[in-house]
Amino acid sequence: MPVHAVTVIARRGGMAVLTPKTIIEQLKQCGITHVVWLPDSESKFMYDALQAEKDLGFIPVCREGEAFAVASGLWMGGKTPVVLIQNTGLFESGDVLRGTALGLELPLLMMIGYRGYMEMKAGKQPFDTAAVYTEPILNAWGIPFHHIETDADTPKIAAAFKQAQEISRPVAALICVEYNG
Amino acid sequence: MRRDEVLQVLAKHRSQEIVLTTMSVSQEWPAYSQSELDFNAVGTGMGHLPDMGLGLAVACPDRKVLVLNGDGSMLMNLGVLVSIANAAPRNLILFVFENEIYEVTGGQPIPGRGRANFAAMAKGAGFPHTFEFRDLLALDKELPGILGLDGPVFATVEAASSGRPLSTKALPIREAARALRRTLTGVHP
Repeated sequence: MPVHAVTVIARRGGMAVLTPKTIIEQLKQCGITHVVWLPDSESKFMYDALQAEKDLGFIPVCREGEAFAVASGLWMGGKTPVVLIQNTGLFESGDVLRGTALGLELPLLMMIGYRGYMEMKAGKQPFDTAAVYTEPILNAWGIPFHHIETDADTPKIAAAFKQAQEISRPVAALICVEYNG
Repeated sequence: MRRDEVLQVLAKHRSQEIVLTTMSVSQEWPAYSQSELDFNAVGTGMGHLPDMGLGLAVACPDRKVLVLNGDGSMLMNLGVLVSIANAAPRNLILFVFENEIYEVTGGQPIPGRGRANFAAMAKGAGFPHTFEFRDLLALDKELPGILGLDGPVFATVEAASSGRPLSTKALPIREAARALRRTLTGVHP
Protein backbone atom coordinates (compact mmCIF):
# COMPACT_ATOMS: atom_id res chain seq x y z
CA MET A 1 0.00 0.00 0.00
CA PRO A 2 1.32 3.46 -0.77
CA VAL A 3 2.12 5.55 2.23
CA HIS A 4 1.05 9.18 2.04
CA ALA A 5 2.80 11.80 4.11
CA VAL A 6 0.46 13.82 6.31
CA THR A 7 1.25 17.51 6.54
CA VAL A 8 0.57 18.96 9.97
CA ILE A 9 -0.30 22.60 9.56
CA ALA A 10 1.47 24.81 12.06
CA ARG A 11 -0.38 27.91 13.30
CA ARG A 12 0.71 31.07 15.05
CA GLY A 13 -1.95 33.33 16.57
CA GLY A 14 -4.61 31.39 14.70
CA MET A 15 -2.86 31.99 11.36
CA ALA A 16 -1.38 29.16 9.31
CA VAL A 17 2.39 29.54 8.97
CA LEU A 18 5.25 28.02 7.04
CA THR A 19 7.74 26.03 9.10
CA PRO A 20 11.17 24.68 8.15
CA LYS A 21 10.36 21.16 9.33
CA THR A 22 7.61 20.63 6.77
CA ILE A 23 9.75 22.03 3.95
CA ILE A 24 12.68 19.78 4.83
CA GLU A 25 10.34 16.78 4.97
CA GLN A 26 9.32 17.59 1.42
CA LEU A 27 12.94 17.89 0.27
CA LYS A 28 13.74 14.51 1.81
CA GLN A 29 10.70 12.98 0.17
CA CYS A 30 12.09 14.20 -3.18
CA GLY A 31 15.45 12.56 -2.55
CA ILE A 32 17.29 15.88 -2.59
CA THR A 33 20.99 15.37 -1.89
CA HIS A 34 22.33 18.95 -1.89
CA VAL A 35 21.00 22.43 -1.16
CA VAL A 36 22.80 25.15 -3.13
CA TRP A 37 21.87 28.48 -1.66
CA LEU A 38 22.39 32.10 -0.82
CA PRO A 39 20.43 33.30 2.23
CA ASP A 40 17.42 35.58 1.81
CA SER A 41 14.64 36.99 3.96
CA GLU A 42 12.17 34.29 2.91
CA SER A 43 14.40 31.28 3.54
CA LYS A 44 16.61 32.36 6.44
CA PHE A 45 14.27 30.59 8.87
CA MET A 46 15.41 27.32 7.31
CA TYR A 47 19.13 27.93 7.83
CA ASP A 48 19.54 26.31 11.23
CA ALA A 49 17.21 23.44 10.37
CA LEU A 50 19.04 22.74 7.12
CA GLN A 51 22.45 22.91 8.79
CA ALA A 52 21.30 20.26 11.24
CA GLU A 53 20.33 17.84 8.47
CA LYS A 54 23.17 15.35 8.16
CA ASP A 55 21.71 13.74 5.02
CA LEU A 56 21.75 16.97 3.01
CA GLY A 57 24.87 18.51 1.48
CA PHE A 58 24.93 22.26 1.90
CA ILE A 59 26.78 24.46 -0.61
CA PRO A 60 26.68 28.23 -0.02
CA VAL A 61 27.54 30.51 -2.97
CA CYS A 62 28.59 34.14 -3.18
CA ARG A 63 26.21 35.20 -5.98
CA GLU A 64 23.01 33.50 -7.04
CA GLY A 65 24.09 32.76 -10.60
CA GLU A 66 26.71 30.38 -9.27
CA ALA A 67 23.94 28.24 -7.80
CA PHE A 68 22.66 27.10 -11.19
CA ALA A 69 26.12 26.12 -12.44
CA VAL A 70 26.91 24.28 -9.19
CA ALA A 71 23.56 22.48 -9.47
CA SER A 72 24.40 21.53 -13.07
CA GLY A 73 27.68 19.99 -12.00
CA LEU A 74 26.00 18.11 -9.16
CA TRP A 75 23.38 16.74 -11.55
CA MET A 76 25.98 15.63 -14.11
CA GLY A 77 27.71 13.82 -11.26
CA GLY A 78 24.52 11.94 -10.41
CA LYS A 79 23.24 14.02 -7.49
CA THR A 80 19.85 15.66 -6.94
CA PRO A 81 20.28 19.33 -5.98
CA VAL A 82 17.80 22.06 -5.11
CA VAL A 83 18.61 25.73 -5.67
CA LEU A 84 17.42 28.05 -2.90
CA ILE A 85 17.70 31.77 -3.68
CA GLN A 86 15.61 34.98 -3.68
CA ASN A 87 13.72 36.42 -6.65
CA THR A 88 16.23 39.31 -6.80
CA GLY A 89 19.01 36.74 -7.24
CA LEU A 90 16.96 34.97 -9.89
CA PHE A 91 17.00 38.18 -11.91
CA GLU A 92 20.78 38.41 -11.55
CA SER A 93 21.13 34.79 -12.67
CA GLY A 94 19.58 35.30 -16.09
CA ASP A 95 22.37 34.19 -18.42
CA VAL A 96 23.58 31.23 -16.40
CA LEU A 97 20.00 30.05 -15.84
CA ARG A 98 19.56 30.20 -19.61
CA GLY A 99 22.85 28.45 -20.28
CA THR A 100 22.68 25.71 -17.65
CA ALA A 101 19.29 24.84 -16.14
CA LEU A 102 17.39 25.64 -19.34
CA GLY A 103 20.15 24.83 -21.85
CA LEU A 104 20.96 21.48 -20.29
CA GLU A 105 17.24 20.86 -19.68
CA LEU A 106 17.86 20.11 -16.04
CA PRO A 107 15.05 18.54 -14.01
CA LEU A 108 15.79 21.07 -11.27
CA LEU A 109 13.68 22.16 -8.31
CA MET A 110 14.23 25.86 -7.64
CA MET A 111 12.97 27.32 -4.37
CA ILE A 112 12.69 31.06 -4.83
CA GLY A 113 12.08 33.55 -2.02
CA TYR A 114 9.28 35.77 -3.31
CA ARG A 115 10.18 39.17 -1.88
CA GLY A 116 7.24 41.54 -1.89
CA TYR A 117 4.57 38.92 -2.67
CA MET A 118 2.46 39.31 0.47
CA GLU A 119 2.32 43.11 0.12
CA MET A 120 1.44 42.77 -3.55
CA LYS A 121 -1.22 40.18 -2.77
CA ALA A 122 -2.74 42.46 -0.12
CA GLY A 123 -2.88 45.32 -2.60
CA LYS A 124 -0.25 47.30 -0.70
CA GLN A 125 2.72 49.06 -2.22
CA PRO A 126 5.57 46.47 -2.22
CA PHE A 127 8.93 47.38 -0.71
CA ASP A 128 10.43 47.41 -4.21
CA THR A 129 9.70 46.07 -7.70
CA ALA A 130 11.03 42.52 -7.14
CA ALA A 131 7.55 40.99 -6.79
CA VAL A 132 6.24 42.81 -9.85
CA TYR A 133 8.70 41.15 -12.21
CA THR A 134 8.93 37.66 -10.69
CA GLU A 135 6.08 35.82 -12.38
CA PRO A 136 6.38 37.60 -15.75
CA ILE A 137 10.06 36.63 -15.92
CA LEU A 138 9.37 33.00 -14.98
CA ASN A 139 6.65 32.95 -17.63
CA ALA A 140 9.05 34.42 -20.20
CA TRP A 141 11.53 31.62 -19.49
CA GLY A 142 8.80 28.99 -19.62
CA ILE A 143 9.47 27.95 -16.02
CA PRO A 144 6.36 26.62 -14.25
CA PHE A 145 5.88 27.84 -10.66
CA HIS A 146 3.84 27.14 -7.53
CA HIS A 147 3.08 29.37 -4.53
CA ILE A 148 4.07 28.17 -1.06
CA GLU A 149 2.43 30.33 1.62
CA THR A 150 1.75 27.96 4.53
CA ASP A 151 2.52 24.42 5.62
CA ALA A 152 -0.65 23.35 3.79
CA ASP A 153 1.09 24.28 0.52
CA THR A 154 4.28 22.32 1.11
CA PRO A 155 3.11 19.19 -0.78
CA LYS A 156 3.42 21.46 -3.82
CA ILE A 157 7.21 21.28 -3.31
CA ALA A 158 7.25 17.56 -4.01
CA ALA A 159 4.77 18.12 -6.83
CA ALA A 160 7.08 20.74 -8.36
CA PHE A 161 10.02 18.34 -8.10
CA LYS A 162 8.01 15.60 -9.80
CA GLN A 163 6.93 18.01 -12.53
CA ALA A 164 10.58 18.99 -13.14
CA GLN A 165 11.48 15.32 -13.63
CA GLU A 166 8.57 14.78 -16.00
CA ILE A 167 9.21 17.79 -18.24
CA SER A 168 13.01 17.78 -17.77
CA ARG A 169 13.10 21.50 -17.05
CA PRO A 170 13.46 23.64 -13.94
CA VAL A 171 10.29 24.23 -11.91
CA ALA A 172 10.00 26.91 -9.21
CA ALA A 173 8.44 26.67 -5.77
CA LEU A 174 7.92 30.29 -4.71
CA ILE A 175 8.37 30.84 -0.96
CA CYS A 176 5.88 33.64 -0.48
CA VAL A 177 6.28 34.55 3.19
CA GLU A 178 9.01 36.41 4.99
CA TYR A 179 10.06 35.11 8.36
CA ASN A 180 9.15 37.44 11.22
CA GLY A 181 10.76 35.60 14.12
CA MET B 1 53.64 29.85 -23.81
CA ARG B 2 50.95 29.33 -26.43
CA ARG B 3 47.59 27.75 -25.66
CA ASP B 4 48.16 24.79 -27.98
CA GLU B 5 51.45 24.02 -26.20
CA VAL B 6 49.77 24.17 -22.78
CA LEU B 7 46.92 21.93 -23.91
CA GLN B 8 49.36 19.35 -25.29
CA VAL B 9 51.16 19.23 -21.94
CA LEU B 10 47.83 18.85 -20.10
CA ALA B 11 46.72 16.10 -22.48
CA LYS B 12 50.02 14.30 -21.99
CA HIS B 13 49.65 14.13 -18.19
CA ARG B 14 45.85 13.74 -17.97
CA SER B 15 44.54 10.25 -17.26
CA GLN B 16 41.09 9.68 -15.71
CA GLU B 17 40.32 13.23 -14.66
CA ILE B 18 37.11 15.00 -15.70
CA VAL B 19 38.08 18.00 -17.86
CA LEU B 20 35.78 21.02 -18.26
CA THR B 21 36.58 23.67 -20.87
CA THR B 22 35.03 26.92 -22.06
CA MET B 23 35.42 29.67 -24.67
CA SER B 24 38.53 29.45 -26.88
CA VAL B 25 39.93 26.50 -24.90
CA SER B 26 36.78 24.48 -25.62
CA GLN B 27 37.35 25.11 -29.32
CA GLU B 28 40.91 23.76 -29.21
CA TRP B 29 40.94 21.03 -26.52
CA PRO B 30 39.11 18.50 -28.77
CA ALA B 31 42.17 18.53 -31.05
CA TYR B 32 44.11 16.88 -28.19
CA SER B 33 41.42 14.93 -26.36
CA GLN B 34 38.28 13.00 -27.30
CA SER B 35 37.62 11.55 -23.84
CA GLU B 36 34.16 10.66 -22.51
CA LEU B 37 35.26 12.57 -19.43
CA ASP B 38 35.50 15.88 -21.33
CA PHE B 39 32.76 18.50 -21.13
CA ASN B 40 33.25 21.37 -23.54
CA ALA B 41 30.83 23.97 -22.21
CA VAL B 42 29.80 26.08 -25.17
CA GLY B 43 27.01 28.54 -24.48
CA THR B 44 26.48 27.67 -20.81
CA GLY B 45 26.84 31.25 -19.57
CA MET B 46 30.25 32.94 -19.59
CA GLY B 47 32.07 32.94 -16.27
CA HIS B 48 30.41 29.94 -14.66
CA LEU B 49 32.64 27.00 -15.52
CA PRO B 50 34.39 26.94 -12.10
CA ASP B 51 31.01 26.70 -10.35
CA MET B 52 30.06 23.78 -12.58
CA GLY B 53 33.37 22.18 -11.66
CA LEU B 54 32.61 22.73 -7.97
CA GLY B 55 29.33 20.83 -8.34
CA LEU B 56 31.02 17.97 -10.19
CA ALA B 57 33.86 17.79 -7.69
CA VAL B 58 31.41 17.55 -4.79
CA ALA B 59 29.33 14.95 -6.61
CA CYS B 60 32.35 12.82 -7.60
CA PRO B 61 34.81 13.02 -4.71
CA ASP B 62 36.85 10.06 -5.95
CA ARG B 63 37.66 11.63 -9.30
CA LYS B 64 39.79 14.70 -10.04
CA VAL B 65 38.06 17.57 -11.83
CA LEU B 66 40.17 19.91 -13.99
CA VAL B 67 38.55 23.22 -14.93
CA LEU B 68 40.22 25.04 -17.84
CA ASN B 69 38.90 28.57 -17.51
CA GLY B 70 39.87 31.77 -19.32
CA ASP B 71 41.05 35.00 -17.71
CA GLY B 72 38.14 37.01 -19.12
CA SER B 73 35.74 34.35 -17.85
CA MET B 74 37.39 34.37 -14.43
CA LEU B 75 36.93 38.13 -14.15
CA MET B 76 33.18 37.69 -14.67
CA ASN B 77 32.78 35.60 -11.55
CA LEU B 78 35.55 36.19 -9.03
CA GLY B 79 33.28 35.39 -6.09
CA VAL B 80 33.34 31.73 -7.05
CA LEU B 81 36.95 31.57 -5.86
CA VAL B 82 35.60 32.10 -2.34
CA SER B 83 32.74 29.62 -2.89
CA ILE B 84 35.26 26.95 -3.98
CA ALA B 85 37.70 27.65 -1.17
CA ASN B 86 34.81 27.52 1.29
CA ALA B 87 33.54 24.16 -0.01
CA ALA B 88 37.17 23.00 -0.21
CA PRO B 89 36.80 20.04 -2.59
CA ARG B 90 40.08 18.13 -2.44
CA ASN B 91 39.66 16.95 -6.02
CA LEU B 92 39.22 20.27 -7.86
CA ILE B 93 42.00 21.96 -9.87
CA LEU B 94 41.16 25.30 -11.43
CA PHE B 95 43.41 26.52 -14.26
CA VAL B 96 43.11 30.05 -15.63
CA PHE B 97 44.46 30.41 -19.14
CA GLU B 98 45.86 33.91 -19.25
CA ASN B 99 46.01 35.57 -22.65
CA GLU B 100 44.96 39.00 -21.35
CA ILE B 101 42.47 39.53 -24.16
CA TYR B 102 38.92 38.67 -25.14
CA GLU B 103 40.05 36.49 -28.01
CA VAL B 104 36.70 35.36 -29.39
CA THR B 105 35.49 38.96 -29.74
CA GLY B 106 38.55 40.21 -31.60
CA GLY B 107 41.34 40.61 -29.08
CA GLN B 108 40.27 43.52 -26.91
CA PRO B 109 42.35 43.77 -23.68
CA ILE B 110 40.71 42.50 -20.49
CA PRO B 111 40.37 44.94 -17.57
CA GLY B 112 43.38 44.74 -15.28
CA ARG B 113 45.70 43.54 -18.02
CA GLY B 114 49.24 43.56 -16.65
CA ARG B 115 48.01 44.49 -13.15
CA ALA B 116 45.57 41.88 -11.85
CA ASN B 117 47.07 38.70 -10.39
CA PHE B 118 44.69 35.73 -10.39
CA ALA B 119 46.89 33.42 -8.31
CA ALA B 120 47.08 36.11 -5.62
CA MET B 121 43.30 36.44 -5.70
CA ALA B 122 42.89 32.67 -5.35
CA LYS B 123 45.32 32.63 -2.45
CA GLY B 124 43.44 35.48 -0.82
CA ALA B 125 40.17 33.60 -1.35
CA GLY B 126 41.55 30.68 0.63
CA PHE B 127 42.94 28.23 -1.94
CA PRO B 128 45.63 26.21 -0.13
CA HIS B 129 47.75 25.71 -3.27
CA THR B 130 48.32 28.36 -5.95
CA PHE B 131 50.72 28.39 -8.89
CA GLU B 132 51.73 30.55 -11.85
CA PHE B 133 53.35 29.10 -14.96
CA ARG B 134 55.02 31.13 -17.68
CA ASP B 135 57.49 28.45 -18.75
CA LEU B 136 56.38 25.33 -20.60
CA LEU B 137 59.15 23.10 -19.30
CA ALA B 138 58.30 24.06 -15.72
CA LEU B 139 54.63 23.25 -16.33
CA ASP B 140 55.55 19.90 -17.86
CA LYS B 141 57.75 19.09 -14.88
CA GLU B 142 55.39 20.26 -12.12
CA LEU B 143 52.06 19.08 -13.49
CA PRO B 144 52.17 15.45 -12.27
CA GLY B 145 52.77 16.69 -8.73
CA ILE B 146 49.97 19.25 -8.99
CA LEU B 147 47.53 16.60 -10.20
CA GLY B 148 48.35 14.61 -7.07
CA LEU B 149 47.81 17.42 -4.56
CA ASP B 150 44.92 17.62 -2.14
CA GLY B 151 43.00 20.61 -3.42
CA PRO B 152 41.43 22.82 -4.16
CA VAL B 153 44.33 23.89 -6.38
CA PHE B 154 44.59 27.03 -8.50
CA ALA B 155 47.06 27.63 -11.34
CA THR B 156 47.46 30.53 -13.74
CA VAL B 157 49.03 29.44 -17.01
CA GLU B 158 50.22 31.90 -19.61
CA ALA B 159 48.48 30.89 -22.82
CA ALA B 160 48.83 33.19 -25.79
CA SER B 161 46.72 32.52 -28.85
CA SER B 162 47.71 29.45 -30.82
CA GLY B 163 47.45 31.52 -33.96
CA ARG B 164 45.16 29.11 -35.75
CA PRO B 165 41.47 29.23 -36.65
CA LEU B 166 39.36 27.85 -33.83
CA SER B 167 36.87 25.06 -34.43
CA THR B 168 33.25 25.97 -33.77
CA LYS B 169 32.10 22.36 -33.75
CA ALA B 170 30.89 21.11 -30.40
CA LEU B 171 28.38 18.60 -29.13
CA PRO B 172 25.22 20.48 -28.04
CA ILE B 173 25.42 21.00 -24.30
CA ARG B 174 22.19 19.13 -23.54
CA GLU B 175 23.60 15.98 -25.13
CA ALA B 176 27.10 16.60 -23.76
CA ALA B 177 25.79 16.91 -20.19
CA ARG B 178 23.77 13.70 -20.48
CA ALA B 179 26.72 11.86 -21.99
CA LEU B 180 28.97 12.89 -19.09
CA ARG B 181 26.31 11.95 -16.52
CA ARG B 182 25.92 8.57 -18.21
CA THR B 183 29.69 8.04 -18.13
CA LEU B 184 29.96 8.99 -14.47
CA THR B 185 26.89 7.21 -13.14
CA GLY B 186 25.93 4.56 -15.68
CA VAL B 187 22.42 6.03 -15.55
CA HIS B 188 20.64 6.96 -18.77
CA PRO B 189 18.93 10.27 -18.00
